Amino acid sequence: MKFWTRARGVGVLGIVLTLLLLLTVDSNLNRKLEQARTASPDRAPASVWDYSSRLYIPKPGNKPSEPPITTITLPTLLTVLVVGGLLIVGGGALIARNPERRGIAPYMSIVIVMSFISILLWGTAGGAAARGADLADTLSRIIRIATPLVLGALAGLVCERSGVVNIGIEGMMLAAACAGYTFALIMGNLFNNAGAMPVWIGVVAAILTGGLMASLHALLSIRFKVDQIISGTVINIMAIGVTGYVRSNFLISYESPVRSGLPNAPIPLLSEIPLIGPIFFNHKPITYMMLLLVGLMHVLLFKTVWGLRTRAIGEHPKAADTVGINVNRMRFRNVVIGGMIAGLGGAWFGLESTFRFDDLMTNGAGFIALAAMIFGKWTPLGAFGGALLFSSANALQLKVQDNIGLPPQFLQMLPYIVTIIVLAGVIGRARPPAAVGQPYEK
Amino acid sequence: MADPTSSHDQRDPTQTSADVVVQPTPPSGDAPPQRRRLSWISEGIVPLLAILTALLIGAVIVFFSAPAEKGTRIQVTINAFKGLFVGAFGNWADPSTIPIALSNTLVESTPYLLAGLAVALGFKAGLFNIGAEGQLLMGAIGAAAVGVWLPAWLGVASLPTLIHLPLALLAGALAGGIWGAIPGYLRAKTGAHEVINTIMLNYIALRVLDYMIVNGPMRAQGASLQRTPYIQESASLPRFVGIVRSADLTEGQNYLPFVPTTSSTWDLRIHSGLLIALLAVAFVWWLLRRTPTGFEIRTIGANPEAARYAGMNITRTFVLTMGLSGALAGLAGTGQVLGLDHNLKSVFSGGLGFDSIAIALLAKSNPIAIIPAAIFWGALRQGAGAMQIASGISSNLINIIQALVIIFIAADQIVRWLYRIKRTDGGGMVFSRGWGK
Repeated sequence: MKFWTRARGVGVLGIVLTLLLLLTVDSNLNRKLEQARTASPDRAPASVWDYSSRLYIPKPGNKPSEPPITTITLPTLLTVLVVGGLLIVGGGALIARNPERRGIAPYMSIVIVMSFISILLWGTAGGAAARGADLADTLSRIIRIATPLVLGALAGLVCERSGVVNIGIEGMMLAAACAGYTFALIMGNLFNNAGAMPVWIGVVAAILTGGLMASLHALLSIRFKVDQIISGTVINIMAIGVTGYVRSNFLISYESPVRSGLPNAPIPLLSEIPLIGPIFFNHKPITYMMLLLVGLMHVLLFKTVWGLRTRAIGEHPKAADTVGINVNRMRFRNVVIGGMIAGLGGAWFGLESTFRFDDLMTNGAGFIALAAMIFGKWTPLGAFGGALLFSSANALQLKVQDNIGLPPQFLQMLPYIVTIIVLAGVIGRARPPAAVGQPYEK
Repeated sequence: MADPTSSHDQRDPTQTSADVVVQPTPPSGDAPPQRRRLSWISEGIVPLLAILTALLIGAVIVFFSAPAEKGTRIQVTINAFKGLFVGAFGNWADPSTIPIALSNTLVESTPYLLAGLAVALGFKAGLFNIGAEGQLLMGAIGAAAVGVWLPAWLGVASLPTLIHLPLALLAGALAGGIWGAIPGYLRAKTGAHEVINTIMLNYIALRVLDYMIVNGPMRAQGASLQRTPYIQESASLPRFVGIVRSADLTEGQNYLPFVPTTSSTWDLRIHSGLLIALLAVAFVWWLLRRTPTGFEIRTIGANPEAARYAGMNITRTFVLTMGLSGALAGLAGTGQVLGLDHNLKSVFSGGLGFDSIAIALLAKSNPIAIIPAAIFWGALRQGAGAMQIASGISSNLINIIQALVIIFIAADQIVRWLYRIKRTDGGGMVFSRGWGK
C-alpha cells in the first residue's frame, strides 16, 4: 500500500497553505500594529486582536458617504485563526482517513475559497475607525473581471467539445481587441459620430475578427491537419505581430472623435435591489451578454440537436460520421463560432473595460480561460465557476494590494498559481472529450 | 526531418505507425539510388521556400502600409529589405561595417540557438515547452545572483574566473532546469498539460523578476535604471575580440576579450556564449542519437504507449527532458546576462520564448538544423531595427513574417502545393498530443 496517496498529498498541501496564510497574516498584523504605535502611540489599537474587518453592503445608487444597509464586523485575527484551524483539522482528517475519492475535491475547494475570504478580511483589517470593504462592489468586480475569462472558456469549450484544441484563444482575443478598437476609431471618423454607434460597430468587427482568426486555425488544423497546438500557437504569434504592427504603424498617430467605450447600462428596477442589483444588474453590455451566453450555451450544448452532434464529433467522430454528420465541416463551423465568442471577449478588453489598445493587453486571459474550462470539466456552468475562481483571485489582488504589506507581485502571481494547483487535478480529475486533438480522417 | 542520416532509417523510432500508413508505396522494382539523395534535398528546400514565401508576403504588407512621406511604395519596400540585409550582414559596399553587423547577428542568434534547442528537445519527447521564456528569466535571475553576489556570500573579495564563471553558468542552468522540471513532473504525475502549466510559469517568472528587480532584493541601489548591479568580472563570459580600455575601468566595462585590438572596427560584442551554445547543440545531438536516454526520449515522443509497454520510465523521462529543456533555456538567459548585458534589467526578454518555438519548428526539431534556423532568426531580429530606420516600417513586421514562416513550416502542404513539391518523407511529424494523455 502506497503511503503518498492523493488524499494525503492534498491534505498536506492544504495544511501547508493554511499555515503559510496564518503565519503571514499574524506577522503582517503585528507589523501593522508596530507602525501604528510609532505613528501615534495613543490612537493605536491595544493588541493585534483588536484589529477587525468590516464588510458593508451599501444601498444601490447611494454616495459612498451615506450609511450602508448593514455592516458585518469580524475580529480579523480570531476569524482567520478559527477558519485556519478548521482547515488544518480537515487536512488532518484527510490524512488520517485516507479516502479514495470522497472529500478530496470539496476540501481543496474550501481551502481555496476560505483562503480568499481570509485574504479579503486581512486586506481590510483596520482599527475601530476603519470603514472596511464594500461587499457588493467586490462581488460585482469579480463578475466584471470574469467576463473575458468566461467568454474565452466558452470559446474553448465549443472547440474542444467538437474535438479541436484551441490554444489560440489568447491570440483571437488580442486580435479582436485591436480590430474592435481600430474599427471604432475609424467609424467615428467616417460617420463623424462620437457616440455609441461606432463603438458597437467595433464590437461587431471584434467578433468577426475572432471568427476570422478562428477560421485560420480551423483551416490549418482541420483542412491541413496541422498539429492543433502548433496551429493555436501560430495564431497567438500572428496576433502579437499583427496587432503590434497595426498599433505602431497606425493607431499611435490616429485621431478620432470617439473617446469612450461602451457605457454603463444598469437595468432599471433590478439594479436597485440591495447586494444582488450591483452584482448582476449594474454592468456594461458585454458582461450581460456573457451572463446570457453561459445559460444559452448550457441549453444549446445539452438540449439541442446541435449540442448532441457537437459532443458526438468530439467524443467519437467515427460514430458521428456513420450516422451522417459531416465531421470536418461541423468542426470547422464550431471553431469559427468559438472564435467569434473569443472575439466578443476581445471586445471587452478594447471597448468595454477600457477604451484603448495596448500591446499584449489580454495578458494571458486566454490561457487562464482554458484552465477555467478544464476546471469546469468542459461544461458551460463549470467553466463559469472556474472563471469566477480566477477572477476572484484577481479582484482580491486589486482590492487588497495597498493594504496588505506584501510586494504586489506575490498577489499578482495568485491566479497563475491557482491555475497550476487546479490543473494538477487537486480538485477532481476531469476527462477531456475523447477525440480532442486528433484530426479526423475517414 | 531534414536530417539526411535519419530520414529513411528504418530503426528510427520517431517514425510512427501513422506515418508508415501515409507513406506512399514505393514503385515496384528497385528505386534508383539517387532517389534517396534527391528526397532529402527536396525536404530541405521546403523550409527555404517557406521562408521565401513569408518574406514575399511581408513585402506585400510593407508595400500596402508604406508611410507616404518616405517615398513611393516600391522605394519603401526596397529600402525596407535593403535595411534588413544591411542591419543583419553589413553594408557590403563598405566592408568595414561587415564584422560588426555579423558579430551583432551572431550575438542575437546565441540565445535563439539555446532556446530553440530547448523547445526542440521537448518536441522529441512529445512535450510542448512554451515555457522557454520563463525558464530563460529564471536562468538569468540565477546567473545574475551568483554572478554578482557569490563572492559576498562566501565572504571573499573575489573569486578566480575558473570557479566563478562555471558556478554562474551552473546556477543559470539549474534555475531554468527546475523551472522546466516542474511542468514535466506535473505532466507525468497528474496529467496536467505542460502547455498551460509552462505558460502559467512564464507569468509567474515575470512577476518573480519584477519583484526581484523593481522592489526586491536584487536591485542596484542608486542606479537610474531598474537593474541589478553589474556582475563581477570573474563571472563574465569573455568576448572574442575587443578594445581593451584602461586598466582601472569603471564598473561594468572591464570584460576582457580573448584578442585585444586597437581598431574600433573590431570592437565586437560577440562573446563566448556562442561556444556554449554550439557545445549544447553537440550535446543534444549526442544525447538523442548516441545514448539510451535519447532513445527513450525519442520513443516516448513517437509512441508513449509502446514505450510504456517496453518498460520505459515515462515519469523519469518527462522530468529529465523538461529539466534539460529548461536548463538549455536557462543557459540562454544566462548567456545574455554573463556575456552581453552584464546585469539584469526588469525588462529583459523580448519574446525570446515564442521565437524559440518558431526556430524549433523551422529546424524540424533537428539539433543540427537549429544552427542555421537560429542564425536566420538572429539576422531577422538584428536587421529589424535597421529596417525600421531605413523605411519607417515598424519592426513588428518581423513578428508577422515569423508567424507566416511557422504557418508555412507547420502546414507545409501549402508550400508543397504552391511550388509543386511532392511529399517524400512520408507525412508530417508528430509534435505533441492533445490534453490529458
